[in-house]
Amino acid sequence: MKRQIPILIVFLVGLLGFLQYFVTGPISKGIYNTWLEWFQGVQGMAIIMAIISLTKRHWTNVRKGKNTIYSLITLFSLYGMMSLGLFIGIEKGSLFDKLYEYVMVPLNATTFSLLAFYMASAAYRAFKARSMEAILLLLSAFVLMIGLTSFGDMISKNLPYFAQWVLDVPNLAAQRGIVLGVALGVIATSLKIMLGIERSWLE
Amino acid sequence: MNIWDRLAKIPRSFIFLIIGLSVFLPLLFKFTLPLNILKPVQEVYDFIENLPEGSSVILSCDYSPDVLPETHPMAIALARHMARKKLRVYILTLHPAGTGLALDVYNRMIKEMGARERKDVVFLGYFPSSTATILGIGENIRNVFKADYFGVPFDSIPAFEGVKNYNEIRLAISISGAALPEVWMTYANGRYGANVVAGVTAVMAAQLYPYYRSKQFIGILGGMRGAAEYEKLVNAQNLATKGMNSISLANFVMILFVILGNIAYFMQRRKRR
Amino acid sequence: MITTDLWIWLSAFLTLAIFSFLYKDNPLYRFAEHLFVGISAGYYGAIYWHNAIYRFIINPLTENFSTFYYKIVWPELFEGKVYLIPAFFSFLMYLIPLLLGLLFFTLIIPKYSWLIRYPIAFLMGVGAGLALYPSFKARILDQVKDTFLPQFSNSLHFLNAIIIFIGTFTVLSYFFFSKEHKGPLKVLSRIGIVFIMIGFGAAFGYTVMARISLLIGRFYFLIHDWIHII
Repeated sequence: MKRQIPILIVFLVGLLGFLQYFVTGPISKGIYNTWLEWFQGVQGMAIIMAIISLTKRHWTNVRKGKNTIYSLITLFSLYGMMSLGLFIGIEKGSLFDKLYEYVMVPLNATTFSLLAFYMASAAYRAFKARSMEAILLLLSAFVLMIGLTSFGDMISKNLPYFAQWVLDVPNLAAQRGIVLGVALGVIATSLKIMLGIERSWLE
Repeated sequence: MNIWDRLAKIPRSFIFLIIGLSVFLPLLFKFTLPLNILKPVQEVYDFIENLPEGSSVILSCDYSPDVLPETHPMAIALARHMARKKLRVYILTLHPAGTGLALDVYNRMIKEMGARERKDVVFLGYFPSSTATILGIGENIRNVFKADYFGVPFDSIPAFEGVKNYNEIRLAISISGAALPEVWMTYANGRYGANVVAGVTAVMAAQLYPYYRSKQFIGILGGMRGAAEYEKLVNAQNLATKGMNSISLANFVMILFVILGNIAYFMQRRKRR
Repeated sequence: MITTDLWIWLSAFLTLAIFSFLYKDNPLYRFAEHLFVGISAGYYGAIYWHNAIYRFIINPLTENFSTFYYKIVWPELFEGKVYLIPAFFSFLMYLIPLLLGLLFFTLIIPKYSWLIRYPIAFLMGVGAGLALYPSFKARILDQVKDTFLPQFSNSLHFLNAIIIFIGTFTVLSYFFFSKEHKGPLKVLSRIGIVFIMIGFGAAFGYTVMARISLLIGRFYFLIHDWIHII
């Protein structure tokens, strides 16, 4: 019951999702549209899991007296923001919207922009042309990093087109091979999940 | 410590400072460096340029603020082109943090680009399930877009006149920092044969070339360069064009650091032998 | 000169707080980091409530329930317009996703936390079922078709098509681990590595440009929106 019913649900729901590509007609479309609405609703409720996990972790920190202030900041901002959105509204110009625009956006963007510095430092330290493969990788990166910028256009009219050729031909071949491999893996894994062969998600 | 040892151990803070300056300083200057238009961007421009007036286009701003510098200039440049061509643009977002940015594109189309509200441009807001939304549009857009973001019912919006699904929608543009253009390509193009354009961050761009070559994407706008090329094509240079100066210098500086690191490494190895 | 908008000052302060990590870890950075985590989770919670939970579960449920309820209490209002049985079944139908979603709360009750498998099974089933056919068509069929039947208009395009064919085949050979890479397979996989390295180099070059772009965005905000230098 604890394992069989979820596996049966996966099979039936997956089969429904797969068959609807081939069975067309008003009843099939009606079932499919309702099923999609359910999916969107349940998917939305999955955020509850994330919020519960986050709350548990930080509340544990507060109880144990570990990083108390920071955990309280996280909990306060989590429930404060959510309450504003749920009870006051999320319209443009609301306090929720202002916090999104002037607090969340800069924090989000700046955190990711730090990567530029660390990437430069890591490239300097780790990128050594120790082998033929490493030399190829470096040369390809240099061609793109110069060719696709304005310096490439200034060095030679043909350099950007050569960089574009590297993207269009050898890079494409590599990416295509990877795409094919990944797609086969996705299909195999989807079938394994639907047929109950892959059960690690039950843990 | 000889010169090669020093070169091999440049402090991290110095690298951070040089990278910071190489990004910061070009922003202060008003000049623009030359930029050629490459094929993936040109094909997007040509496709939109050849669309007749009144054609319906979906502009899906599926990006969040953390990738704003690369993707938002793309969306604005594309919107400018479509407003000039007097196309009917349906703006939506499939990313939960994308509503504010998509709304900004909509407001700019009305205030700066002369588009008429609900006649030339409609804002539909956020849709939580990308797959369900894209598949739903393929069946009947009425099932997906019951009203616009401001609550005006579907039947009261002139821009939707005569439009049922992808047969009437000439193009779907997905601008994203994640894999959402692939989702558009998989479902909209794969199932319904819709024309799809991808506007992606540079991180994602290299992976999409197989789909571009097999014509599953009409074209690709990749990163800030793609945005700058499109800004040049529509003659409205903005943040992306300005940013190309910084990218050019920063890339050059980074290559210099890698070359210096390699020279130092090989000279040290030679010395040890 | 410098802006007087307090919201922009707040954004600038938080931006500089995150940048302070470049010097070293400090309480200002940790405050900004924890604020970011909390506010992001709260934001997504509110957005998903309005756009998913309320739109696709609560609203249809309450609409169908009120239709059904008022039909019992006030039948004259709905005379000939609404049928009782479909409204009742519609109401029951939307109870299912509500119950599935509520099962996520069992995460906090260890004795019943196994019930969370049901909604996860539903989501996994939908994901697997929807992914099968499109993955096969878009990522395998169309890609293989273009590899074997490329379109070309001149000899350069034909040469490119040959290179792509060789590259795709040799890259797939490299990732074939069911047989030891010896003999012809070793030669093929060595050629595949060449293409893979070029591909990874291209990806790295593009990634560097992407990260620099993010930094440009932040600096532009500081000097344009905050200090108004440009």
